[in-house]
Amino acid sequence: MNNRASPDRTLSRSTDWHGDAMQKRIAKRYAAERRFKYTGFAAVLISSAFLAFLLFVMVGNGLRGFQKTEISLPVDFVAATGGASAESLRGENAERAAASLDLQGVINTAIDIEYGADAELLFTDSTWTDARDQLLANPDLVTRKAAIWITASPEIDRAAKADGNAAAEILYARLKDAGKARTSFNWGFLTNADGTDPARVGIWGALKGSIITMLVTLALAFPVGVLAAVYLEEYAPSNRLTDLIEVSINNLAAVPSIIFGLLGLVVFLSWMELPRSSALVGGLTLALMTMPVIVIAGRNAIKSVPPSIREAALGVGSSPIQVVFHHVLPLALPGIMTGTIIGMARALGETAPLLMIGMRAFLTSPPQGLSDPSTVLPVQIYLWSDEVNRGFVEKTSAAIIILLLFLLTMNAFAIYLRNRFETRW
Amino acid sequence: MTGPAILLLLVGLGLVSWIFGRAKANRFIASGTKNLNSLPSYHGWYTALWAVIPALVFVLIWNSVSPALVIDMVLSDPKAAAITSDPFERGAILSEARDIADNPGQQAFKQEAAVLAPVYASAQSYYDIIAALAVGLLCFAGGAYAFLRIRPDFRARKRVEKLVMIVLLMASLIAILATLGIVASLIFESIRFFSIVPATEFFFGTQWSPKANVIEGQENGFGAVPLFWGTVFIGAIIAMIVAIPFGLMSAVYLTQYARPNVRKWMKPILEVLAGVPTVVYGYFAALTVAPALRDFAVSIGISNATSESALAAGLVMGVMIIPFVSSMADDSIAAVPSSMRDGSLAMGATKSETIKKVLIPAALPGVVGGVLLAVSRAIGETMIVVMAAGLAANLTANPFASVTTVTTQIVQLLTGDSDFNSPKVLAAFALGLTLFVVTLLLNLVALHIVKRYREAYE
Repeated sequence: MNNRASPDRTLSRSTDWHGDAMQKRIAKRYAAERRFKYTGFAAVLISSAFLAFLLFVMVGNGLRGFQKTEISLPVDFVAATGGASAESLRGENAERAAASLDLQGVINTAIDIEYGADAELLFTDSTWTDARDQLLANPDLVTRKAAIWITASPEIDRAAKADGNAAAEILYARLKDAGKARTSFNWGFLTNADGTDPARVGIWGALKGSIITMLVTLALAFPVGVLAAVYLEEYAPSNRLTDLIEVSINNLAAVPSIIFGLLGLVVFLSWMELPRSSALVGGLTLALMTMPVIVIAGRNAIKSVPPSIREAALGVGSSPIQVVFHHVLPLALPGIMTGTIIGMARALGETAPLLMIGMRAFLTSPPQGLSDPSTVLPVQIYLWSDEVNRGFVEKTSAAIIILLLFLLTMNAFAIYLRNRFETRW
Repeated sequence: MTGPAILLLLVGLGLVSWIFGRAKANRFIASGTKNLNSLPSYHGWYTALWAVIPALVFVLIWNSVSPALVIDMVLSDPKAAAITSDPFERGAILSEARDIADNPGQQAFKQEAAVLAPVYASAQSYYDIIAALAVGLLCFAGGAYAFLRIRPDFRARKRVEKLVMIVLLMASLIAILATLGIVASLIFESIRFFSIVPATEFFFGTQWSPKANVIEGQENGFGAVPLFWGTVFIGAIIAMIVAIPFGLMSAVYLTQYARPNVRKWMKPILEVLAGVPTVVYGYFAALTVAPALRDFAVSIGISNATSESALAAGLVMGVMIIPFVSSMADDSIAAVPSSMRDGSLAMGATKSETIKKVLIPAALPGVVGGVLLAVSRAIGETMIVVMAAGLAANLTANPFASVTTVTTQIVQLLTGDSDFNSPKVLAAFALGLTLFVVTLLLNLVALHIVKRYREAYE
């Protein structure tokens, strides 16, 4: 007889699945299951909430940066300039003619007459440049008595945005009721360069620097990256040198960006003596950073082109070079482009290496060429974030909005390219 | 002649040679030759390359040689006899003379420069003419040589393709050059630093307040331990406390629980977190997170809380790293064979039990590798800590206190003066070298772990 059929075993077999203890256990396990699931959901939700909060703060602060406050100022140009003609303010010598009018004095007198003791709070020292710009844009003003709109001081500007001190807010309310103050879109923010008065700064200088730097980066990193990807994927023999190249590329892709700044400082500035702070050096440094990204994306794109294409081309008598340049590369191009745009977007947001090579200069005019001192958008954001003047907070956020818009556009374009042109073999 | 003008000229000459070369090859076809070895355009390319490349090489060499030749000629002029023999002063005068020669009408600061300017201009134009003649001659000679070699059986394609291969190889070698450039620049400057400041002080000293003048035999404030601690504290401890749970749980939720259309939307949103520029995170940390944390610290009774805290920088950095950890965890979980998961589910385990007891333990090496990569990224991160973590080198574990990191100090030391002899500047390179070596090691170890783990399941 089989003595192993013990009573124990029969007992364990007849587990009472519907008994209280078991039901409780199952309920507990299901509760744990739900808790785990909701923890996961919460993790995703909190992460996205952080992103939403960040964007909310930036947009909330930044939108005000696109507005400016202006104050109406009646000026009797005829009397104050002694009857200068509108003709003299046209043509080539207009700037010189405007300079000879002593507009600074004219405007200061007009301010004294109109606002007297409030002038200090209402305007800044550079107020008269607004008048000059308006005169040059519209010379007929000089022949009559006109009310011109002048950019208000940062204090009034903040008061208009309900963020100023009590005195400024009272004054602003009074002017607003009298119809002498208005807020309008701050075009200057898109067309000016850096400055000291937050009401008059703009991002065009930094944006232009960014564009030039990105063009240099693209011009260097794209061809080198694509050619290196072609070589490694299609032709490289498996030897020590190829291993070394692959290790270098993977290594470069993982090096912290600030190290590239140190490289740029020593190699480009100290050894090769290229111009400091220039878009050329910035572009070179970022190109070294972007190249590995393009190589890796390029290799993946080339790898995904099926071998049948290569074999067919070889079969009709193409040389290996023709196979790649006439067939494989055009088919891989959408993938390469996507990778390139993503790499360029990363380079556009990069700050640290550019700080190292001196692209943090205070520049009140946009760069004119490759070797001019220039700055870029992220560095401009960094510089403004360091400003003590409270008026720069909204400008920093506004610049961030512009930067994020650029990145968004680039990434959207990359996604579009991928969806539109990518072939699934 | 200016660089762009020469390049434009060469491109033009290259085009002309291309047309001539191709035309000659075409004539063979027109005259009835059936089996031309290469297509006519390859003959064109062959001619163009022979016309352009020797001339280009000459221009490159000439550019490095000609300034010295011009200066020699200027100095041998009788008008130059009067200027001083002090090399520094002489250099200044010569460079000013060159400026005036380049932009006529400019006012001279030094009288000597004004006198030398015409001499300089004539010397420069003399050598420019020589250079232009040489370029033209080389172009013509190269083009003619290639043109004469064109025959129906000439293997132009093979030769052109050989050059293409060389170009491809050179493009690949740039990666090695860049790596060498990084290593060389860091090592040279670091060696100079360690010859001034002893390595023991740098790696084991606890006082960080770099001085421009180093006195031998005493502490000079180059003890980097507080920086190393600050870096580890922010990047490897606080940031990871945020990033690991959030990243891991997000990955688990998105891969195991979320419906496909939720996943389709949530995954890109998480990835946007990685695409936001670090300067934006830094500004956010400094503007919003840090003041909020300071107020919170004050309200719970920490009196010495500052507005630049390790916690603010670490928290924001952790959020930035979430998508990175999440995508690494995603990959590792996906690499676990589905038989293991199915087996566990078949035994009656709930989904969460399967994840906790089967999937994550099996994916652990991959997750650990991913976390190491994330740490290496976090400790190399610069802008967040520069803007939010402060400059005070404190050796403290209080998250509300201000600490500083390696990257912050590199930025601090290198902005401002750039005198490559100051130990303060050189210290930045020693810090950079340390950072480079540590991130490299972390990456190597991480990739090794991930690779071993992949092999285990293949």
